[in-house]
Amino acid sequence: MHIVVCIKQVPDSAQIRVHPVTNTIMRQGVPAIVNPYDLFSLEEALRLKDKHGGRVTVISMGPPQAEGALKKCIAFGADAAILVTDRAFAGADTLATSFALASAIQQIEKDMKVDMVFAGKQTIDGDTAQVGPGIAKRLNMQLLTYVSQIDTLDMSKGEIQVQRRAEGGVQVLQTKLPCLITMLEGTNEMRFATMENMFRAARYPVNFWNKDTAGIEDVSKIGLKGSPTLVSKVFAPQPNTKPAEIIDTESHEPRDISLTLINKLFTQHPKLCDSIVKQAA
Amino acid sequence: GNFELDERLKAYKGVWVFIEHERGEVHPVSWELLGEGRKLADKLGVELSGVVMGAPGLPTRRFCEESFFHGADNCYLIEDTVLSNYRNESFTKGLTDLVNAYQPEILLLGATTQGRDLAGSVATTLQTGLTADCTELNIDPDNRGLAATRPTFGGSLLCTIITKNYRPQMATIRPRVMSMPDRNATRTGRIIEHPLGLIETSIITKVLAYIPDENQDKPQLPFADIIIAGGRGMKKPENFQLIWDLAQVLGAEVGATRPVVQAGWVDAERQVGQSGKTVRPKLYIAAGISGAIQHRVGMEGSDVIIAINNDPNAAIFEFATYGIVGNAMTILPALTETFKQQLAVARVAS
Ligand SMILES: Cc1cc2nc3c(=O)[nH]c(=O)nc-3n(C[C@H](O)[C@H](O)[C@H](O)COP(=O)(O)OP(=O)(O)OC[C@H]3O[C@@H](n4cnc5c(N)ncnc54)[C@H](O)[C@@H]3O)c2cc1C
Ligand SMILES: Cc1cc2nc3c(=O)[nH]c(=O)nc-3n(C[C@H](O)[C@H](O)[C@H](O)COP(=O)(O)OP(=O)(O)OC[C@H]3O[C@@H](n4cnc5c(N)ncnc54)[C@H](O)[C@@H]3O)c2cc1C
Repeated sequence: MHIVVCIKQVPDSAQIRVHPVTNTIMRQGVPAIVNPYDLFSLEEALRLKDKHGGRVTVISMGPPQAEGALKKCIAFGADAAILVTDRAFAGADTLATSFALASAIQQIEKDMKVDMVFAGKQTIDGDTAQVGPGIAKRLNMQLLTYVSQIDTLDMSKGEIQVQRRAEGGVQVLQTKLPCLITMLEGTNEMRFATMENMFRAARYPVNFWNKDTAGIEDVSKIGLKGSPTLVSKVFAPQPNTKPAEIIDTESHEPRDISLTLINKLFTQHPKLCDSIVKQAA
Repeated sequence: GNFELDERLKAYKGVWVFIEHERGEVHPVSWELLGEGRKLADKLGVELSGVVMGAPGLPTRRFCEESFFHGADNCYLIEDTVLSNYRNESFTKGLTDLVNAYQPEILLLGATTQGRDLAGSVATTLQTGLTADCTELNIDPDNRGLAATRPTFGGSLLCTIITKNYRPQMATIRPRVMSMPDRNATRTGRIIEHPLGLIETSIITKVLAYIPDENQDKPQLPFADIIIAGGRGMKKPENFQLIWDLAQVLGAEVGATRPVVQAGWVDAERQVGQSGKTVRPKLYIAAGISGAIQHRVGMEGSDVIIAINNDPNAAIFEFATYGIVGNAMTILPALTETFKQQLAVARVAS
């Protein structure tokens, strides 16, 4: 069995700051991490490998520094890592990103057939949740998003059964391999890296692929050129210029303040008060 | 900016909204999007259409009618037994075929589990742009293009995204950020039926079962009319009872900030904000909440916001409707008592 897991390196959002004057994101000094959602997918892939044997390959598209994220995955137990990196990919939106990743996965497939692809539910920076579905469509794989549990995998029949989160309930789905799965967050816990794997990661030479090694001939489909969407403006949310009307009374007594406030609500917002009265009844 | 659209793409006309339903119920985000879609269609001078897909036996025709009541001029309807449950493959085929046949310039879906699953596949099949999880939509008067705005980096920034030389322009929109349009039951429209052209045996993924959530009465924060929310300023989990007390008197839901959820004082379902729920109640009372941007983006659409905070410089006073500078531990019980009495009076009066 061969599983490919898509990994994106993202800035640690807890430490993101916005420049107060230029409104740009200050990335300097912000540590880069593996997109947290991707770890739920990687862990699930590793569990399938523990049970059924085979191979887990991690792949990322990004700048050369993303090598760090892939090495981290090797330390967790992935077998091989490929970084697809090329200036030609710069400015890619999700359509162009999924094209590049799908092409690279087809290249990987030449080495060993791919039974399953895992992607994160979404990233914490772009946060579109579109790349997984995009890759599945391009590779003509069955798409299983928001998976909360893998019930069974029968490799001899090439069949998988999963539980998928839907509005108000869970769908139990059965499908055939190859398929692309995105795991829901919190469905498992990433294992600790073993000493052995940490040593292996330190020595592991990540495979660097450019657009040619990734098998991409049509450059009109990658990078800015291959991206229908364009970020036309980045700006800070408009501050509401009208500050709150502060309610106080001469006595400063909570009870007097409450009465003043409620009287104000009843006189200034009659519709609201109708619904309060109805609701409370 | 200005750019010339390909001749082929100029044929794309009209605004569409995908009407999402599960278990016989339309997701309210669909009506919110029809309300917003109406404004876009009017600016462009084109028709607004709903898209309903489902199996015979489901109330699909009622959904079409409801679409008209909420502002649609037309409804595209695909009815087929294959569509009895949402599945990516069959719904992608249906929606893609409709787009290719009738060529809308804008296609909107809710940013729900179903909407996001479907939109990504449809956009890739159509090879067009898709803007995710938007909170604002506008038409660029220069080129009739859709300018879709979405929060980024945890809500601290917004970005506006356009789709250049591709049609349709697709976007998913977060539930509860657009207001619910008035329902007008005298409006009518045209239903346009279209075949699916798929048979069950050709669909690889099977739905074996649907397990409804056990806890059906879990908090419905996004649809609550009144929300009483507490933050870290409530100090201790025991003090949170003051929030519940006021909520009970008003028949309100209880909300919270992320630190409160992380401390385990209330369920994660109750978190309001960027990484929690977006709410739009008629009344939002925030006690001991500083008003951080990640909380604000989830609740600033509320009609009336009352903030209780002992720090007169707290950010929440910059955008709340009314503010009380004081100790939440004494203000909340006083509010609860006073509301109780005033409501009793109001009930007698009516
Ligand atoms: C502010 C901003 C807003 C944007 N908005 C949009 C938009 O609305 N529409 C649009 O089409 N593009 C948008 N983009 C571009 C988009 O973020 C990039 O295309 C990005 O490379 C992939 O999208 P994502 O981060 O949203 O990934 P998601 O679709 O959220 O990622 C889902 C999963 O796909 C996999 N994955 C994603 N990217 C990679 C990668 N580079 N390498 C390996 N695996 C990956 C991971 O497993 C990930 O968990 C935006 C970019 C910015 C900076
Ligand atoms: C990526 C990301 C996502 C996030 N998502 C969310 C989210 O979805 N929702 C969310 O809420 N937060 C979110 N946060 C966290 C957010 O940044 C804030 O930290 C959080 O909202 C602050 O919560 P708070 O107002 O309860 O606490 P604090 O900021 O600590 O504010 C407590 C307030 O209580 C007041 N106070 C103290 N004592 C009293 C008293 N006796 N009476 C009255 N007032 C008193 C204080 O003056 C203060 O203003 C997110 C952060 C990140 C980085």
